[in-house]
Amino acid sequence: MIPLSSYLILGAMLFAISVVGIFLNRKNVVILLMAIELNLLAVNMNFIAFSHFLGDVAGQVFVFFILTVAAAESAIGLAILIVLFRNRHTINVDDLDELKG
Amino acid sequence: MTFGQFIFYFFAAVLLFAATMVITIRNPVKAALFLVLAFFSAAGLWVLLEAEFLAIALVLVYVGAVMVLFLFVVMMLDVNLVRLSEGFGEYLPIGGIVAVLMVLEMTVILGSRHFGLQRFPAPAGHAANYSNTRELGMQLYTVYVYPFELAALVLLVAIVAAIALTLRRRARTKYQDPSLQVQVRRQDRVRIVKMAAEKKT
Repeated sequence: MIPLSSYLILGAMLFAISVVGIFLNRKNVVILLMAIELNLLAVNMNFIAFSHFLGDVAGQVFVFFILTVAAAESAIGLAILIVLFRNRHTINVDDLDELKG
Repeated sequence: MTFGQFIFYFFAAVLLFAATMVITIRNPVKAALFLVLAFFSAAGLWVLLEAEFLAIALVLVYVGAVMVLFLFVVMMLDVNLVRLSEGFGEYLPIGGIVAVLMVLEMTVILGSRHFGLQRFPAPAGHAANYSNTRELGMQLYTVYVYPFELAALVLLVAIVAAIALTLRRRARTKYQDPSLQVQVRRQDRVRIVKMAAEKKT
């Protein structure tokens, strides 16, 4: 049988990979959004592993809500990205400095 | 190594490989496709954890809807890839150090000493007529009914926001105004002209 610790360490590694992704792709907003999706996937993995090993379905309900909010978040994020590209013709994070005080 | 362990390590390896490719590959289309692979392997692991409904929901909602949205947007934007990948490895050392430290710290805490099979024994398998969907639905529609309604509201707000953000009125396009069409009266459109009949000459 696979112990709970294996799932938790897998979630930790996935989380670390997504954090490195945010460090690496500081300019490309699309990849940043994808790294956030990976981040949420790592969190969901932990929730489902604990739900299985503790025999409590509440963890799965929580994952359900996280999926909902993540879908809404990526939809709005991509919509903002499209508006951004339409107005500035770039998705480079470095070019988005209009709010600099 | 049992079959379950083989499945776990195989899917975990594919998941980590796909996640690494997502963050290192330059082409956003390929990154989106690797993200699809990552979600798919995660769904396989969730099936192993007896969360069948969420595994299928992950494949249908994420791979089917969200990732297609990602691909759609990536292909719609005409992005200059050369400029975006400038300074790619600039933060690799510090990012790598942070990631390795994080994994080490979490391994110390989450390792088999605290979360191994001795502390958390594997639960007994469910009966053959057990339905994960049914149990999840029972919880969702009784205990968590208000959060469920709120989730629906969040999705509605997301739909309205996404449409409102990306909707644009083009100046040259002709639009219909239904209220004006309904309000029109006969004398606005039809003019009856009385003429004397003409005689053949």
